[in-house]
Amino acid sequence: MSTPYAKLPAWADYGLIPLINLFVAFVVAGFVVLLVGENPLRAAVILVEGAFGKGTGIAFTLFYATTFIFTGLSVAVAAHCGLFNIGTEGQAYIAGLGIAIVCLSFDSTLPWWLTFPLAIIAAAAVGALWALIPAYLQAKRGSHIVITTIMFNFIAASIMVYLLVGPLKPAASQAPQTRNFLAGAELPKLNWIIELFGAKIRSAPLNVTFLLALVMAFLVWLLIWRTKLGYEMRTYGHSPKAARYAGISETRIIIPAMMISGGLAGMMALNPVMGDQHNVAIDFVSGAGFVGIAVALMGRLHPVGIVLAAILFGMLYQGGAELAFEMPAISRDMIVIIQGLVILFAGALEHMFRPYIQALFASFSPRSVGMEAVKGKGA
Amino acid sequence: MAQAAIELIGINKSFGAVRANRDINLEIGRGTIHGIVGENGAGKSTLMSILYGFYQADSGEIRVGGQPASIKTPNDAIALGIGMVHQHFMLVDNFTVLENVILGAESDALLKKSIAKARSELERLEREYGLEVDPDAIIEELPVGLQQRVEILKALYRGAEILILDEPTGVLTPAEADHLFRILGQLKDQGKTVVLITHKLREIMAITDTVSVMRQGTMVATRETAKTTVEELAELMVGRRVLLRVEKGEAAAGGVKLAVKNLTVKDTRGVTMVDDISFDIRAGEIVGIAGVAGNGQSELLEAISGIRRAVSGSVMLDGKPIDLTGAADPGELRDRGLAHVPEDRHHVGLVLAFEENENSILGYHDDPRYLRGPFLNIDAIRNDARDRIAKYDIRPADCRLKTANFSGGNQQKIVLAREMEQDPGVLIVGQPTRGVDVGAIEFIHKRLIAMRDQGKAVLVVSVELDEIRSLSDRILVMFAGRIVGERGPEATEGELGLLMAGIEHQEAAL
Ligand SMILES: Nc1ncnc2c1ncn2[C@@H]1O[C@H](COP(=O)(O)OP(=O)(O)OP(=O)(O)O)[C@@H](O)[C@H]1O
Ligand SMILES: [Mg+2]
Repeated sequence: MSTPYAKLPAWADYGLIPLINLFVAFVVAGFVVLLVGENPLRAAVILVEGAFGKGTGIAFTLFYATTFIFTGLSVAVAAHCGLFNIGTEGQAYIAGLGIAIVCLSFDSTLPWWLTFPLAIIAAAAVGALWALIPAYLQAKRGSHIVITTIMFNFIAASIMVYLLVGPLKPAASQAPQTRNFLAGAELPKLNWIIELFGAKIRSAPLNVTFLLALVMAFLVWLLIWRTKLGYEMRTYGHSPKAARYAGISETRIIIPAMMISGGLAGMMALNPVMGDQHNVAIDFVSGAGFVGIAVALMGRLHPVGIVLAAILFGMLYQGGAELAFEMPAISRDMIVIIQGLVILFAGALEHMFRPYIQALFASFSPRSVGMEAVKGKGA
Repeated sequence: MAQAAIELIGINKSFGAVRANRDINLEIGRGTIHGIVGENGAGKSTLMSILYGFYQADSGEIRVGGQPASIKTPNDAIALGIGMVHQHFMLVDNFTVLENVILGAESDALLKKSIAKARSELERLEREYGLEVDPDAIIEELPVGLQQRVEILKALYRGAEILILDEPTGVLTPAEADHLFRILGQLKDQGKTVVLITHKLREIMAITDTVSVMRQGTMVATRETAKTTVEELAELMVGRRVLLRVEKGEAAAGGVKLAVKNLTVKDTRGVTMVDDISFDIRAGEIVGIAGVAGNGQSELLEAISGIRRAVSGSVMLDGKPIDLTGAADPGELRDRGLAHVPEDRHHVGLVLAFEENENSILGYHDDPRYLRGPFLNIDAIRNDARDRIAKYDIRPADCRLKTANFSGGNQQKIVLAREMEQDPGVLIVGQPTRGVDVGAIEFIHKRLIAMRDQGKAVLVVSVELDEIRSLSDRILVMFAGRIVGERGPEATEGELGLLMAGIEHQEAAL
């Protein structure tokens, strides 16, 4: 009887509650907009139109979504194993180094379709290695993964700054970034897909990494629910005692889980680096790792949910940019506030409205409602 | 009969296809102790959860003190004077008794005032009902029996006139259970009404005034306790005659399967729980370990099964040593034919959030049968799960159902089925029938004896003396981490009871 809440039908659990949370987030955000003297309804229209109204908007939304799918999956894989990987940010950032090495070495000799697989491997490997040390410390020394991954975010940031103002920067340049990649390390755009539907796209960074993200979402589903490793991860995530009983060793499970999580985080870097900017610049991750936490929570740790939540956050990013452009009173920072509110209501306060909705359901159809955990504990 | 404290009229409740309660009518007299018995999954907990506002009935009416009542949440129930003590307590472990009692019932904004008021009220309740607990003790430092008293105090503090207890004795030692029954007697004398769910028919006979029997969601009978017998109740529950004591032939013990020598085990705090123990188990015999809970039995089981490291000693399985001090691996022991039904099925033996079929491979998930390369062979897993559900009569027969949604007894069967079906050479079982109904007890005991007769070595640890006596070919009594005596199955309850209390042990030491 861990929760005094009744159980809801799946559609309400996975559909209705997130929508209500989202709605409330927008209402509160609306007040913020009102406060700075703008019309919240018009703001909402601009936001949604900016994200989905035109082909270019859709492409941008999906481009951002790509990034969040990777970080959301990364957080979710660790969470299934009971681990809170806050290091997605740093793992993605440092993976930029792996990509830089591959791209700078091969962009003049290989075509993109050969550079890309190499870069995928490099990004995943570097991200995974960056997660390995905190994982090892957790498994062997019991150092808390939350603390160590946070620290590794700082270390990653420092290393990248050092490299980007030093060894990786072309001598003649002033900007803290690598030289621009040549065509052999530029990923093809996917805008033509949206154009198939008749929309027009000026220029947008949506690229093949989006497809990679969808493939990874499927593979994560396969991993978690269809493989032995996934089974062991879930067992450990739900009950370390049961895992011990089942002969699942802590080390043997924490380390691969965190490395897979780190690898997914690392792949995130492919999207902005090879798909958009064509260089590795300082701070290119810019918080996407933390957004991943919200995406994973909102997506209920399920790949399908994560893809949907990632698209939602992509919409907030893209529509938010439009909004800042269209309404001068609303600055970039205000957009961050709105995003923060969504994270707050959809992630942190996820359960706030649940009891009321459950009471409502109980009065409409008592049949559908039952106590989640009574059986488990009451026996 | 006295005026009814509670009337349930035409209560129905379904979970999907499962009809947990159908057309239940029940009248509970004021100032009585009313027992409810029934098979696992009969719907007892569901019915009481409806009364306490955890569930909503699909249809039907509840009357409290003659008045129709609408109970939508536990708060409604509390307001009507209904309190519930769950088998697994809902206390905040690192709060004091007093803090737990007032939690959620604080009367002032300033905690200090509430606490002073609560303290005097709590002391009054403790005196009145013989529920002595130190109000300033921290919950996690109290034994389960006292924690349960805190739960009762919590209900009384909220003004409960009607107290529901769902399997309260499952976790208690016999002495603690006796004390609980004295308390319930006092509550009754003060005019309170008690509803008691239990699988132990002896308890029903000992303290209830009336008893109702449920079967497959329906209320099949209500009897005055004085006018019924254990046999009749068992038959009403299961719908056929039940063997309350399974017959078994002589053991034909063979060679030593498991040899424990000078085993010493400490718990996490470093306290010696198993102190230099030695014993053997032979093929084809059941060895029972009797003892009051907390005398090292749990640690002994954990050490032998590789979950907990031993400090010193040795354990030989089929003549080959088990690595006790290093990273002993329960998985490896399983491969060597040692199966283990752990005492704590909720946290150790099962993952409650898993589907039933996922739990049916826990610990055997790297068996090639269940794998295709790195992938799980879902068809093979579910087929096996379905076979076992049929063979062990696990209800509901749905291998995709979440394990948490099975009743306690059926969860136990899931674990037993998994471990027994591996055809192990050695089976060690902790509390084989905790929370399990009489019909299932008979079934489980028959299976254990069948395993013995196939030449397996079986080690059973149980706090139920009856169970130990009816199953074991040899009985070892544990007290304070040591084996203080070995007896045959003919040993009397009194004799074993003395050993369990450490009486003979102390005399010997003098
Ligand atoms: N939340 C739930 N969802 C689905 N089915 C449930 C749920 N709770 C109970 N059930 C089903 O309802 C039936 C009655 O369960 P209940 O817990 O009332 O049995 P019980 O008589 O208390 O059994 P036990 O003696 O084993 O505790 C069982 O078949 C159980 O599987
Ligand atoms: Mg029950």
